[in-house]
Amino acid sequence: MIAAVRTFIMRSSKPGQPSIALILSALIVASLTIAPPSYLLFRIIDNSSAAADAIFAISTLELTLRTLAYTVTVTALATMIALPIAWLTERTDLPARRIIAILAVAPLAIPTYVGAMVMIAALGPGGMFSDLLEYDFPLPIYGFGGATVVLALFTYPYLLLTLRPAIGALDPRLEEASGSFGYGRWTTFRRIVLPQLRPALSSGGLIIALYTLADFGAPSLMRFDSFTRVIFVRYESTFDRTGAAALAFLLALIALSIVALEVWTRGRKRYDAIRIAGHPKAEQIRLGSWRWLAYTYIGTILALTLVLPVGVLSYWLIRGISAGEQISSVWQELNETLLVAGFAAIVTVIAAIPIAILTVRHSRFSLTRPIEVLSYSGYALPGLVVGLSLVFAGIHLRVLYQSYAMLIAAYVLLFLPLAIGAARVSLLQVRPSIEDAARGLGRSRWNVFRTVTAPVAYRGIITGGALVFLTTIKELPVTLLLAPIGFDSLAVRVWSASSEAFFARAALPALALLVLSSFPLLVLEQIGRRR
Amino acid sequence: MNIKKDTLALRASGLCASFDGIEVISDLTFDVREGELLAILGPSGCGKTTSLRLIAGFELATAGSLTIGGESVIESNNFRPPEKRGVGMVFQDYALFPHMTVLENIEYGLQGIEGQHQMTAQALAMTNLTNFGDRRVHELSGGEQQRVALARAIAPQPKLLLLDEPFSNLDPSLRSRVREELHDIVRQTGITTILVTHDQEEALSIADRVAFMTSGKIVQIGSPEEIYLQPTSIDVAVFIGETNVLYGVVSNSSVDTPLGTFAASDNGSIAAVLVRPEHLVLSKIGIPATVTHREYYGHDQILRVQLDDTTLVRIRIDSRTHHLPGDRVMISLSEAPLVLAASG
Repeated sequence: MIAAVRTFIMRSSKPGQPSIALILSALIVASLTIAPPSYLLFRIIDNSSAAADAIFAISTLELTLRTLAYTVTVTALATMIALPIAWLTERTDLPARRIIAILAVAPLAIPTYVGAMVMIAALGPGGMFSDLLEYDFPLPIYGFGGATVVLALFTYPYLLLTLRPAIGALDPRLEEASGSFGYGRWTTFRRIVLPQLRPALSSGGLIIALYTLADFGAPSLMRFDSFTRVIFVRYESTFDRTGAAALAFLLALIALSIVALEVWTRGRKRYDAIRIAGHPKAEQIRLGSWRWLAYTYIGTILALTLVLPVGVLSYWLIRGISAGEQISSVWQELNETLLVAGFAAIVTVIAAIPIAILTVRHSRFSLTRPIEVLSYSGYALPGLVVGLSLVFAGIHLRVLYQSYAMLIAAYVLLFLPLAIGAARVSLLQVRPSIEDAARGLGRSRWNVFRTVTAPVAYRGIITGGALVFLTTIKELPVTLLLAPIGFDSLAVRVWSASSEAFFARAALPALALLVLSSFPLLVLEQIGRRR
Repeated sequence: MNIKKDTLALRASGLCASFDGIEVISDLTFDVREGELLAILGPSGCGKTTSLRLIAGFELATAGSLTIGGESVIESNNFRPPEKRGVGMVFQDYALFPHMTVLENIEYGLQGIEGQHQMTAQALAMTNLTNFGDRRVHELSGGEQQRVALARAIAPQPKLLLLDEPFSNLDPSLRSRVREELHDIVRQTGITTILVTHDQEEALSIADRVAFMTSGKIVQIGSPEEIYLQPTSIDVAVFIGETNVLYGVVSNSSVDTPLGTFAASDNGSIAAVLVRPEHLVLSKIGIPATVTHREYYGHDQILRVQLDDTTLVRIRIDSRTHHLPGDRVMISLSEAPLVLAASG
């Protein structure tokens, strides 16, 4: 019976067209992604007057402007951090630039709420420095400034990841041409190099802007009233759930308009139109004694983003242990986090593959574009929004509420774009002719996928899995909202301890989190190097 | 050669295919005999690769029917998927599986077949790859990769072998040797073969018959001699080898050209007189002309000459005769030219 159905599904596919099995699985995944925003909408329509009150309040306008200013400042600051590092490691003779390039990406393993907690635990009242100096000096680390600095310090690697390949791919002949017209290095950089980097800058900047909008942990710890914090406070403390839903919907709209803005501005200019294949590698710029300045700059960033977190956490860990804290106490959280994140990674990758195949192999098929757009919605939707809408959905689906299934589903929705993107890149490298060849040699579509496509594209699939795993272990708002009773992730442990300023108690799970996230980063680095 | 004249290995009739509403193959109709090597020749974009992909089952026909080895594989709504057609194909980019060794590549098409090891060994031996079994495909040279692709395609002993521009990715200096090898292997196996190419020399030199294709249609099909010496259209004549084309209006059932007057039909229409450069010779008496250019090739040479009425003509002559631009020569025809209607 099952075999008969399978034969039917496989048979009914014509050459050049996606099989019914492929379309069905992609459609199921894509339609799941509509669920969160629509639940939010139902909730708002259900209580439209309360929702309108929340949306059309003066405080909401202030909140919107404040959040926009915050997002723009973080993105600008992150660009200022990332651009020099990317340029120094790609285009100059700076010694040890390869190691620096790897280290400079490492802050991705540190969740922003751990970064925020470290800042507070180091510089805040009762922090490490006042503890060591035995003097409580009030540093103005809370609020807009503190939140901005923390976000920029721990998100700049996203820009580094898009900028470095773009700088490496610059055609040096364009710069030479500019030089031949008598323009100096700075003018050339501003008028020739920077415009070419625009696509990388805007796609990296977009990631950071969306991250900043969506981030919940860091602004909350830094006591900055961002959108996410206000939504969460409304939902938690006053049980003003319609207000929370309305604000969440507004936040989703803001995020979507930022994406739309990026797409719109990107669409108007082309920078790769006249690229000639096989251009020479750019010559390295000799830094001479300028390298000491470069080292100082990079050293400061790395000290703040790597040395300080590990140092401060270790300090509090030792303080904690000497105060009787048990090392083994995070064992269960570690296991549960691993299990849930691993499961989420596997499910997300499986869900992503049919969509990636559709977009790469069947881009002209009529349903491909809508499926692709839908599946990318998790990219723009803040985790808190997805989490809240699933909470509302849970009111109708009591069985699922606070179940592992719903938690995993939320992770899949949020991180699907990561897995699709990675799978796409490696599928694009699989020549369609080898799939045809395999079919001509007597294999069915499914068999060809299993024996040819997947083994050749496995790197992208693993990359996607590692990315999803990494982001899942760091994830906070969805886990807070949807965690099943009794499920304690490392992230939740860090959050609950540090939001009450129990730094010694937060240190161990935070360190465990860092160790755990460095594994997928290592996998990614290895895969990246073998390319 | 053992072509069985009466048995058909393939029969295509009225095949059509289109992409995005644009017809790229229209009314493709031809037969291939058992054991025959047919070359489909035509300019790039004429639909020849699409024809192969239709036969292999990688593209969908919008109309028409196709039988391979007497079994219907395309007929109205009945479509047999590629894995059930028993057709071997060598792709233009070879399409070797990069994650497998040479041996694994060849065994891929033999899964679950009895005598698998023997068939693999045979395919390896036939393509001179016996010692290459454990190599990874990216360690091989272009010519070796091509042999692996061929070995993989013939190992399952297909009813039909399709070769898509098999020599286009090879260094020109290797091409004629590899072509010879491939020709020998295909002859040894006796597999019916369809070769697609845009290289007329390739098609003429190894095919039993050549089908000339342009704009999604086969316009002429015949032996290499027929295609070369009796092209039925100007397109074919111009694409296959060099041709001097001279036009004239037909009157009194003949057409007048600077090279002479020839019999033609349809008074009042325009006729094209086609003269191959090697069918013109230098002679003592003939049509006076001035040499304008000389292209020396070693085995022979081409003289570009201008007739006194300014018509330019190319003549192929032996490589010993010495003429320089400006020399006055006499030319004449050594063979009767071909006269075709110029419309179309």
